[in-house]
Amino acid sequence: MSAVNGGDVRSVLMVGVGGQGTILAGRILSEGLAEAGYDVKMSEIHGMSQRGGSVSTHVRFGERVRSPVTGRGGADVIAAFEKLEALRWLEYLKEGGLMLINDFEIPPAPVLMGLEPYPDGIADELSGRARVGVFDARAIAEGLGNARAMNMVLLGALAKAVGVGGVDWEGTIRRNVKKGFEDLNIRAFEHGFLRLGPFG
Amino acid sequence: MNEKRPLTKLLTGNEAVARGAYEAGLLFASAYPGTPSTEILETMSGYAGELYCEWAPNEKVALEAAMGASLAGVRSMAAMKHVGVNVAADPLFTFAYTGVGGGCVIVSADDPGMHSSQNEQDNRNYAAAARVLMLEPSDSQEALDFAKLAFELSERFDTPAMLRMTTRICHSKSLVSFGERVLPPVPAYRRDAAKYVATPANARVMRAKLSLRLEAMAEYSNSCAANRAEYNGGEIGVVSAGAAYQHAREAFGESASYLKIGLSFPLPTELIRAFASRVKKLYVVEELDPYMETRIREAGIECVGKALLPEAGELDADIIGKAVFGRGAEGPKSDLKAPQRPPTLCAGCPHRGFFHVLGKRKGVVITGDIGCYTLASAPPLSAMDSCFCMGGSISTGHGAAMAFGMAGMKEKVVAVIGDSTFFHSGITSLMDVAYNGGRSVSVILDNRITGMTGHQENPGTGYTLMGGKAVMADIPAICKAIGIKGENIYLVNPLELDAVGAALDDALSKDEPTVIVTRWPCVLKKPSPEDRDEFGPAPGRCEIDQDACRKCGQCVKTGCPAICSGGSVTIDAGACTGCAVCLQACPFGAIKEVRP
Ligand SMILES: Cc1ncc(C[n+]2csc(CCOP(=O)(O)OP(=O)(O)O)c2C)c(N)n1
Repeated sequence: MSAVNGGDVRSVLMVGVGGQGTILAGRILSEGLAEAGYDVKMSEIHGMSQRGGSVSTHVRFGERVRSPVTGRGGADVIAAFEKLEALRWLEYLKEGGLMLINDFEIPPAPVLMGLEPYPDGIADELSGRARVGVFDARAIAEGLGNARAMNMVLLGALAKAVGVGGVDWEGTIRRNVKKGFEDLNIRAFEHGFLRLGPFG
Repeated sequence: MNEKRPLTKLLTGNEAVARGAYEAGLLFASAYPGTPSTEILETMSGYAGELYCEWAPNEKVALEAAMGASLAGVRSMAAMKHVGVNVAADPLFTFAYTGVGGGCVIVSADDPGMHSSQNEQDNRNYAAAARVLMLEPSDSQEALDFAKLAFELSERFDTPAMLRMTTRICHSKSLVSFGERVLPPVPAYRRDAAKYVATPANARVMRAKLSLRLEAMAEYSNSCAANRAEYNGGEIGVVSAGAAYQHAREAFGESASYLKIGLSFPLPTELIRAFASRVKKLYVVEELDPYMETRIREAGIECVGKALLPEAGELDADIIGKAVFGRGAEGPKSDLKAPQRPPTLCAGCPHRGFFHVLGKRKGVVITGDIGCYTLASAPPLSAMDSCFCMGGSISTGHGAAMAFGMAGMKEKVVAVIGDSTFFHSGITSLMDVAYNGGRSVSVILDNRITGMTGHQENPGTGYTLMGGKAVMADIPAICKAIGIKGENIYLVNPLELDAVGAALDDALSKDEPTVIVTRWPCVLKKPSPEDRDEFGPAPGRCEIDQDACRKCGQCVKTGCPAICSGGSVTIDAGACTGCAVCLQACPFGAIKEVRP
């Protein structure tokens, strides 16, 4: 048992780029867990999220959660909505933790300007250092009819990886997504939940 | 497990403060936006009809308006980010003297770690300096409870009360149970000049009362339920407050004893003394300044704090564990370097065109201000020399221009400021330029909204916080009214590079105050009906003709995130908004506009 990580408390990080829907995914995850009876805290940094910067959402749940944030080496699962962000947040993964990587690239400003290359072989590199699951959530979402449902594919895979029972994911998604897009989002979530993994 | 918490909801700290104020019967709230405080009033506007709330042009005005409501006898609130308290400090210090009518709560949202701020000042120092109560919640439930308590204590001790939030409290969600709204009766108004008119003669009496009030508050603090001890053992004791308490609770675990401080000014000195006497070693865990530690030591109580813990930045359980016990988790590391992902001006941002032209002018010093346009300081636009505080660009630009002149130097000065920032505190700066016959060029970048903080209405947009229609402040008319000559005011579309260049050349050639107003809506703004009339429908998008492209990089230098420079240069069709700045920047006519 590690006192630093709060006993039975589990920590999940969702990292990505502003506009990828990490905040909505974080909200659905937190609400679902809270309704299933867990104590939940969620923390996000979204000050400049609309300007294409890195964004992170921390979700922690258990019998009693104190701190809303996960420190280095503290995350049970990290879902990287973008590949470079997986590399950036690697240090936050717990020993034996799982990193879900969306095989999807959004080049940051220094890469767009041709000043630095987008690093090659991130997925292979991380596979050598941690337990990882790599998949192309955008292609899956596109296959289901709309690339924008990418975040729900990732959320589904994450929910599966977190492995808690008794959560009404469908109802929670229905309440939180835009009217008219409920079924698409639920299908995307189910695809992530049922068909991806088990990882590592 | 559902039955255990029947009436709970996941709320952010900001939503909880708004709810707490609502339950406390608040009738008036005013604020100027600022991360991480903005959502307090945005949430409050959801209670429109039962209360009144508004955006003020700046924090001083917001606090003064809340003071007026308090004078009238109702419960009121002013909310702001930490640096906003600097702007509101003048009324705050005298309001501490006069005391309140209806309870008045001032929310200060501090930003340890500077996630979206220009500094990380610790505003607990303000409460001590002004001698007003300060409460520090450590989660959303406390944010709601302490907001209510703050109103009660404000009235009980006849003082404004500060509620100190931090980013991790403002923007974290945790479970909260609600109460009912209770409206306190509003007493009949009666003039009380001795209480509220702060002339020197009156203020001397007020000052004596302030000391008595402070004594009473200090005594109360020792019995206040917001300050509570939890004894688990006599080895280690931890005094902590706010977000730091939650992190400390995890880092020290179940075997340490805790004194959780909720009312942090005045500190409960006797309670701390009693707590300290029951533990062998006392730690003080707090973010930013050694605010509690210094006072605890002054009271003759031995403790360990900043000798181990950092004074700068946020804390978390891992940082505390490593600092105190020298142990903590380590995650996997990689030798692969991740390029930075800095925030950028959006594709289609109207600021880009203006700065693309301005950045190319040689011998020009650009004094900047706070808003999205500050992002023009980064490469490739690299078009900014300074940025200090809201409203500062025009006045620092004026000082620099006069100084260059006096020193016989040739540098010209261009000051840049956003519309919301101009209304905040740029108007008085421009008055300084006009009044004193300055020689700087002041540029007001009017993107029809308060952009950086997430699209709040402002005096120029024609709408209010509660969704009502409002008059539109006319920026060129304001400039004229304070003394800028009509022929020295240029109105341009910032996306038309030639027009921007012509206005800049003309303005820079003059030796008297000039103003350029750029006017085009933020690309992320949901257009109002007035915007639609004025600016028309969204254009098509731009495409690079690969045969004509010579890869000169001029379009890349606009810093547009829709343009990608790999082997060839391409425009991401999904990201492009068709602003056509790149098209004008291309010297070879290789970029074309395509209509869908
Ligand atoms: C004293 C103070 N109050 C509030 C803020 C928060 N803040 C930063 S930028 C900004 C809005 C800027 O809006 P505008 O001037 O219209 O420029 P835009 O972002 O739209 O380009 C605000 C309110 C601050 N930094 N300092």
